[in-house]
Amino acid sequence: MRQSRHFPPRIVAWSAAGSIGIPLVALVAFWGHVDATIWGHLWATTLPVLVKNSVVLVVGTGSFALAVGTSLGWLTGVYTFPGSRLFRWALIMPLALPTYVFAFIYLGIFDFTGPVQTTLMRWFPESSLVPVDLRQAPFICFVLGLALFPYVYLMAHNAFSSQGRGVLEAAASLGHGAGSAFWRVALPLARPWLAAGTMLVVMETVADFGAVSIFNYATFTTAIYKTWFGFFSVKSAAQLSSLLVAVVLCCALVEQFLRRRSRYAAVGSARCLSPHRLQGWKALLATGYALSILVLGFFLPVGQLLYWTLRHWSTQWSAEYWGYLGNTATLGAGAAVLITGIALVLVCIQRQLPAKDITTAVWISRLGYAIPGTVLAVGVSIAAGWADSITAAMSTLNRWNVSLPTLQGGVAVLVFGYLVRFMVTGVNTLESGMQRIPASLDQAAALHGSKGAHLAGRIHLPLLRSSMGTGLILATIEVMKEMPLTLMLRPFGWDTLAVKIYELTSEGLWEKAAVPAVVLVAAGCLAVTILCRTLPKNDVE
Amino acid sequence: MQRFLTVLILFSLVVPLASSAMAAETDSIVVYSARKEHLIKPLFKRYTQQTGTEIRYVTGKAGALLQRIKNEGPQTQADLLLTVDAGNLWHAANEGILAPIDSPALESNVPDRYQDPDNRWFGLSVRARTIVYSTERVDPDNLSTYAGLAQGRWQDRLLLRTSKKVYNQSLVASLIEAHGAEKTKKIVAGWVDNLAVAPLSSDTKVLKSILAGVGDVGIVNTYYFGRLQKENPDLPLALFWPNQDNGGVHTNISGGGMVAHADNAEGAQDLLEWLSSAEAQGLFAGLNMEYPVHPDVPAVEQVQNWGEFQASPLNVATYGARQAEAVRLMDQVDYK
Repeated sequence: MRQSRHFPPRIVAWSAAGSIGIPLVALVAFWGHVDATIWGHLWATTLPVLVKNSVVLVVGTGSFALAVGTSLGWLTGVYTFPGSRLFRWALIMPLALPTYVFAFIYLGIFDFTGPVQTTLMRWFPESSLVPVDLRQAPFICFVLGLALFPYVYLMAHNAFSSQGRGVLEAAASLGHGAGSAFWRVALPLARPWLAAGTMLVVMETVADFGAVSIFNYATFTTAIYKTWFGFFSVKSAAQLSSLLVAVVLCCALVEQFLRRRSRYAAVGSARCLSPHRLQGWKALLATGYALSILVLGFFLPVGQLLYWTLRHWSTQWSAEYWGYLGNTATLGAGAAVLITGIALVLVCIQRQLPAKDITTAVWISRLGYAIPGTVLAVGVSIAAGWADSITAAMSTLNRWNVSLPTLQGGVAVLVFGYLVRFMVTGVNTLESGMQRIPASLDQAAALHGSKGAHLAGRIHLPLLRSSMGTGLILATIEVMKEMPLTLMLRPFGWDTLAVKIYELTSEGLWEKAAVPAVVLVAAGCLAVTILCRTLPKNDVE
Repeated sequence: MQRFLTVLILFSLVVPLASSAMAAETDSIVVYSARKEHLIKPLFKRYTQQTGTEIRYVTGKAGALLQRIKNEGPQTQADLLLTVDAGNLWHAANEGILAPIDSPALESNVPDRYQDPDNRWFGLSVRARTIVYSTERVDPDNLSTYAGLAQGRWQDRLLLRTSKKVYNQSLVASLIEAHGAEKTKKIVAGWVDNLAVAPLSSDTKVLKSILAGVGDVGIVNTYYFGRLQKENPDLPLALFWPNQDNGGVHTNISGGGMVAHADNAEGAQDLLEWLSSAEAQGLFAGLNMEYPVHPDVPAVEQVQNWGEFQASPLNVATYGARQAEAVRLMDQVDYK
């Protein structure tokens, strides 16, 4: 493609990725000074165990989320069974709950101080089975997996409902059953979508601090925080974090390499094919499975939240919560618009300019998701400091005496932080949406002289509309749930619901934290409900 | 597509401009606080009523707020830093973000051991980190000192909060100061051996786990006990004051210091002095069931009922100086 006169695409892509990458550069810059005593100590004591724990957590959570998300995506994508229409959208609902809320609810119910175990201990005082300490890898993977599987589910459902039904028909005509159609055709075909969803789960797990610290499960992020707050070395903490980024980058490269020569565009339209109807015990099994995941992932935690909320509503609720809700929604929507917009530009450029460096630029734009929020906040505020000193230097040069506003302490820095952290939600959704548009369409458009911005605006944009909706809502939900960045970068008067939850949980007032959590979840549910309207229309029979 | 880009660029320009327009206000005092909003808001309200000076504040984690002030440098809006734990205050001073205050009022209101020898920070409330035990399963005669919890008698009965919490880091730092590193290491290793379950995420969990019968003794800050006691006055738990003949109970502070780049240094000093005054101290400590730092102000009744105790005479600044050593020591004995 020749460069367009108006917005040279390569420059646009790199300036977007570049500015998102600046905070990461700020973190890497900390490698200038390595504190040997801290590294030596970590290496000799905790680090090997922490790395092992992190790997266990990522593999466990990732596979659980992948298995649950893919299976449910397949079931709801190609079949109908009792309740399937409800499950189709309700299974996204767990996204409305932040992982740290999931963690304190599940521990509140099932921990040895919770109602389940105390009751069991009362019934069986002699039993050696209770009390049992659930704060172990399997339980934590289970809880995190429940909270995060919707990322995989969303992608899987989209992929299977657009091509799975056709695959099933084609396989049947060749004498293959549903099982073999799934394993041999549909699953390999859906790989880019499943990989994108699982990548989100993995990155979120890697960067998680809130949930694991509720379980007091020591992971790599624990080392980061301990180095910072225990040894007071923000330098070493930043160094440790940049290692996380490197690991995620490697995973991503491997994944890209594995599917290097594949094309995944949808061939023909799946719209004409109606979902298969499951009958008998199969239908019963499908309903039971989907229902149990829905109960564990949504109704149980929300029920517990509501119970706590009712007990503490009168002491905890005040009119100020409307303000927190307003801030939460404003930040969520504002950041999401920017994220989706920039992601759209990046993905469109990547489509028309399939060069290695553009792919790299797009990859850089999503790395922020793997960095723990608090550490990323340090990078962001350093980047803002750099920007301010540049504008300060510039204003001494200019003669008009216009003083440019400083960024630090403003809400722009916070919004920029969200951008860096959650760009991936926009980029991943739009990229997988773009992959479904066949290349032949671009070629046909090229024959009619459509290229560049025209091709993007007239052909790709309309076809990406539903992906844009998905990306927009996903980003909104993510930003609304975000806690550590908000805590560190927000200006005065920008307290959000997540900040409120932090204030209460950090004092051990879990049950009272249910009040802001319920409001946050309600806002999240609203967003998820809107999200369902953006899902592909071919779902609706 | 182009129109879309234009809108996007405009939007990203408008947001920072709008936000910086809102940021310029003078005369008010700006507080960065690691002490929670519900504990400071009533005091700020009263101060504003009395002086007419507006207080703007933002809350957050101690370490993060400290880093924020550092990153913001001379640009910072912060005038006063309020935080919990002497270690955090010591570190803030060590990083050079606090300025010394020469104030006779603060000198007389705050005892020497609860303030920085160089006057860069001052304690505002005192909390004791002490032993709590089940009144149903523990004879308090068996309790003696923090070190005593390492004895074999407490095998599988001890509950501790995570070593990530700065309160435990300060406790171990004070043990190092008192006993030396070698002996402290033995003590902490003994604690780890005696744990009933892996360390817990909060003091409240420690208390509730004793109630659930998972363990029998633990180490907690007094006000967490106070909160549970308030909900249920017949709690089968009690506080024990250890080390009454040797060293005293480990106490810590919440406190504050003036930010070196404060725009409103006068206001920051005035607010800090007011917070340490007899007038404000009762409320400051009472809201969280802590001990007032001001020697003439009594604690609230519920707190008084826990009894008098001999506190450690160490200057709390030592907790900061020995914190990194304490963290390393706890890592070495695998205290999670």
